[in-house]
Amino acid sequence: MTTATKPGVTAFATPNDREVEFTRVLDAPRRLVFDAWTQPKHIQQWMLGPEGWTMPECAIDLRVGGSWRYVWRKADGTEMAMGGTVREVKPPELLVTTERWGPEWPETINTLRLTESGGRTTATLTVTYPSKDARDAALKTGMKEGMDPSFARLEELLRKLK
Amino acid sequence: MRAATDQLSSTFAALADPTRRAILLRLADGAATVKELAAPFEISGPAVSKHLRVLERAGLIQRGREAQWRPRTLDATPLKEVAEWAGEFRRFWDASYARLDTYLQHLKEQEKSDDDRN
Repeated sequence: MTTATKPGVTAFATPNDREVEFTRVLDAPRRLVFDAWTQPKHIQQWMLGPEGWTMPECAIDLRVGGSWRYVWRKADGTEMAMGGTVREVKPPELLVTTERWGPEWPETINTLRLTESGGRTTATLTVTYPSKDARDAALKTGMKEGMDPSFARLEELLRKLK
Repeated sequence: MRAATDQLSSTFAALADPTRRAILLRLADGAATVKELAAPFEISGPAVSKHLRVLERAGLIQRGREAQWRPRTLDATPLKEVAEWAGEFRRFWDASYARLDTYLQHLKEQEKSDDDRN
């Protein structure tokens, strides 16, 4: 289970075989958080990942069956595109979307749940992979949690090679 | 970016199998022949060869030129790409959330000043 209680810290968990969960407490009411998460003019200001990326393209048709597409760009011209459809939307508490990076990539289901307490919002983002293998392959080489010994050794190997 | 993504997909697919991960770990200790690689597993030679082909296609192992032994060696470049990507995934949300914290403060202040004007 997730235990994110402090603002400013992202809790990471793998609640079951196919999921990855990010939880963060945000110091704002959830209707603001929901807007920040679902309106392109807001999304383009923050959902940018590490320094150096911008989001020149951002479109989301916020209704069941509507599609979304985000394109990120780095200063050197590298681009990354993601898209999918909206499966469920219940402002200001729930947004379920599918996400795919490209035809070769497994489609994930991303569920954002917002709960509010005392003016603060807990945002729980759950990414569901099509299989345990797909999730593990995506996670285990680079992350610490739940690693089997052979993956731990792979990590060691990677450190040596760096 | 598309090419990099496809490389990642085939690396992930190759790493998803425990036998193939064990083979990679054995190769991390040095080159080995197919026979040596097959020894620890209770599976047939052809089954091991199949795993080796998947690893080879993913660019994770290379085949030696010596005709008789043809030892396999590990090529860790795709592994590094995978590790970087998985790290990025987490960093992506950490960095984005940090920015969202600041941005929400800005939205709250904006809302407050709108209220004050009304």
